Amino acid sequence: MTTGTADSETDARDTFPKLLAERARAGAARPAYREKEYGIWQTYNWGHVAEQVRLLAAGLADLGFRRGDRLIVVGDNRPRLYWSMCAAQSLGGVPVPVYQDSVADELAYVVDHGGARFALAENQEQVDKLLEIQKKVPSLAVIIYDDPRGMRHYDQLQSYAEVQERGARLLAAAPDTVSAEVAKGRGSDDAIMLYTSGTTGRPKGAVLSYDNLVWAARAGAEFDGLKEGDELLSYLPMAWVGDHIFSYAQCYVVGLVVNCPESAATVMTDLREIGPTYYFAPPRVLENLITQVTIRMEDAGLLKRRLFQFFMTVARRVGPALLDGRPVSPVDRLLYALGNLVVFGPLKNTLGMSRVRVAYTAGEAVGPEIFNFYRALGVNMKQLYGQTEASVFVTIHPNGEVYPETVGKPVSQVELRIAESGEVLYRSPGVFKEYFKNPEATNDTKTADGWVHTGDAGYLDERGHLRIIDRAKDVGKLNDGTLFAPKFIENKLKFYPHINEAVAFGHGRDYVAVFVNIDMIAVGDWAERRNISYASYQELAARPEVYDLIEGEIEQVNRDLAADPRMAGAQIRRFLVLSKALEADDGELTRTNKVRRGFIGERYKPLVDALYDGSKSAHIRVEVTFEDGRKGAIEGNVQVRDVAPHTALKKAG
Amino acid sequence: MVARVRSFPDVLLSVENISLSFGGVKALTDISFDIAKGEIRAIIGPNGAGKSSMLNCINGFYHPQQGAITYKGVRRSQMKPHEAAEQGIARTFQNIALFRGMSTLDNIMTGRNLRMKTGLFWQALHIGPAQREEIENRKAVERIIDFLEIQHIRKAPVGQLPYGLQKRVELGRALAAEPELLLLDEPMAGMNIEEKQDMCRFILDVNDEFGTTICLIEHDMGVVMDISDRVVVLDYGKKIGDGVPDEVRSNEAVVAAYLGVSH
Repeated sequence: MTTGTADSETDARDTFPKLLAERARAGAARPAYREKEYGIWQTYNWGHVAEQVRLLAAGLADLGFRRGDRLIVVGDNRPRLYWSMCAAQSLGGVPVPVYQDSVADELAYVVDHGGARFALAENQEQVDKLLEIQKKVPSLAVIIYDDPRGMRHYDQLQSYAEVQERGARLLAAAPDTVSAEVAKGRGSDDAIMLYTSGTTGRPKGAVLSYDNLVWAARAGAEFDGLKEGDELLSYLPMAWVGDHIFSYAQCYVVGLVVNCPESAATVMTDLREIGPTYYFAPPRVLENLITQVTIRMEDAGLLKRRLFQFFMTVARRVGPALLDGRPVSPVDRLLYALGNLVVFGPLKNTLGMSRVRVAYTAGEAVGPEIFNFYRALGVNMKQLYGQTEASVFVTIHPNGEVYPETVGKPVSQVELRIAESGEVLYRSPGVFKEYFKNPEATNDTKTADGWVHTGDAGYLDERGHLRIIDRAKDVGKLNDGTLFAPKFIENKLKFYPHINEAVAFGHGRDYVAVFVNIDMIAVGDWAERRNISYASYQELAARPEVYDLIEGEIEQVNRDLAADPRMAGAQIRRFLVLSKALEADDGELTRTNKVRRGFIGERYKPLVDALYDGSKSAHIRVEVTFEDGRKGAIEGNVQVRDVAPHTALKKAG
Repeated sequence: MVARVRSFPDVLLSVENISLSFGGVKALTDISFDIAKGEIRAIIGPNGAGKSSMLNCINGFYHPQQGAITYKGVRRSQMKPHEAAEQGIARTFQNIALFRGMSTLDNIMTGRNLRMKTGLFWQALHIGPAQREEIENRKAVERIIDFLEIQHIRKAPVGQLPYGLQKRVELGRALAAEPELLLLDEPMAGMNIEEKQDMCRFILDVNDEFGTTICLIEHDMGVVMDISDRVVVLDYGKKIGDGVPDEVRSNEAVVAAYLGVSH
């Protein structure tokens, strides 16, 4: 599965060590990596990188590293750690980057499962973990460390520099030790093994080939027009597939310049100094940045605050339209330009986003307001949907077609299919080879003809965009066949501050009905301002005014659902407000505060029945556990209310 | 951790029969001990035992009425603080003594002052030799910043930093002078467990990486016993114990001083 033509030139660039040789030949003086050391950004050009990789590879060969050997790499994003991956690949080995904050046990599993004989650790902290592992996993024979700090008493280990000295001696005797091995590499070889953090069971080691990675790097770069010299700050874990594609594969394939921050604590400063043109941030980071900006603006003087508020309102209206190339009136254009001068420009500079051409976020659901904040500022923020098993890229928002509710369109050569169950499947040249030593899991995930199960439920909308609605195993169907995605509906409800939790029912039923848990603080405050008296949670939850409030919000949700032809049939018809807050202590929520839908359905069976038998109220008695461990019971009548559905805007197609 | 069984043949500093009084108050009475080259030496004792006075005598801030201090083979009855600094003795203080309005970087740069040869005039103009010298010194300071892992506060005004970090900056400034003997006056006072652990690691690393001899005063007995090679115990201005941590721990006079008996 190669892209492009099969002439000799393409073949010469089918592995990273070959790409490196090519880059060192064609542009030895061009920058490849940067690292801030002793307060100054040090630039390493391709010539330097090639030499460093060659020396290290020779040193590894001298220590007995052979084709097929695995090299564990553990530490922060450092150029030398990235180079070590290429050194291992030069000898036909497979690097295995590991999350630097994993505890010794997790690391031990990876070392043992991967059968690694070699490990490279960034510093003493990581070395100590590896030494502990070595007692249990004796196959780990060689430990190499990079940072000599505090390593004076670890006589039995090798330093990075010592290994390179060994390499230099070996190369003096046999100059083509490394180049001969590089030439043996093929695109179909295993390039890397990345362990995916499974939510259940042990992590699985996804094996990706050079063909997978080189395709992904090219496809991603073509999609958004990345070019040589684009700058990137690599601050996300090296063991994560995203960093491996952006900071490693695309660095070699496209020629991106990879900048390594001084330390995890200095990322914000480094971001500002580098001013990357290509940026990735998980939603959590984007949220934190907005919170910081908001807090600092609240502390600012009146004039600054007013200016910020005024221009941000302009930006929210005009910014996304300008980015998408939609028509904007001259007055708005002028206002936006003015805002750019006094607010957005300086703010983007502070955030280190002045030069960003393409920014991605991915992972969990991103609130549209967060997404739009950056787009309003003029940062081209997009969603990306990907997986380790896909070498990242499945879908991306194309320029000019950024909709917060979707995850974009398939990247070229990616085929999408929606299974009968609603699960999203994809097939692409980036699809992983296998899970290492786990054929069972491989067969479960990947079909014989190359389709991969994502485990996510979703659909393609009329614009050809993919929408992810829920985990596939949670998605059900109403009796009339309409797709029912409980988490999708619950999340829409929880977006309202008055609603703390929601539990949606509908699988195998005629319509969707929900339990609502009010937020005591938000609703309590709302009630106080309206002189609505209440003595307890139970009493507040039962007030008709509160029911009116929640009904209004559910109607809003229904309107949103009606706007979406596939979801229109899954509007909420009946609801009730629970007289008790759902608690992890009562087993109603998991410890990470996710609702346990099945358990709640059993426990509150009389209420669920009332939602579907048309009765106006129901009696319920549930046992509760108090914080001091004593048991008690809450008993009472709960009203059930009907909500009128909206008519669908379009027929489902 | 590796058990610390180390031997130190050379004496760097020895204190002989020091007595110090302020009017009628006897702060130190007839104290003698030595500090070997390369070791971590602790001075412990209850409040008011004379620990800080002892440190002040060593770096020449107090002048004892009796006794002599031999440092690097030169015996003298008193020394001025700036002489001590020139001789390679640096210290930190119990109450942080940093320039609060200046950045971490600038504070540590002040520690390089002794190493600067160019005069005020050239430094003010910031050209020629002064500029070269500044670059040299900045390099040394950046190494210290890297060593103490305080890159993220390089440009932050020291006054805004949390206490534990200020202590670290103060250690950085003392290190900037590239001392042979580093005196630390309660380096861990007022810190939480995590900050103490960090500071312990830095003290051990300084000793290990730079071979700096360290003399520290500390209240926290656990810390002292873990990181010191030898310990001197003072109580009411008198020396009541001296030896490796295990000896000191089993010394009855020391136990009594710490548990408190009537005098």
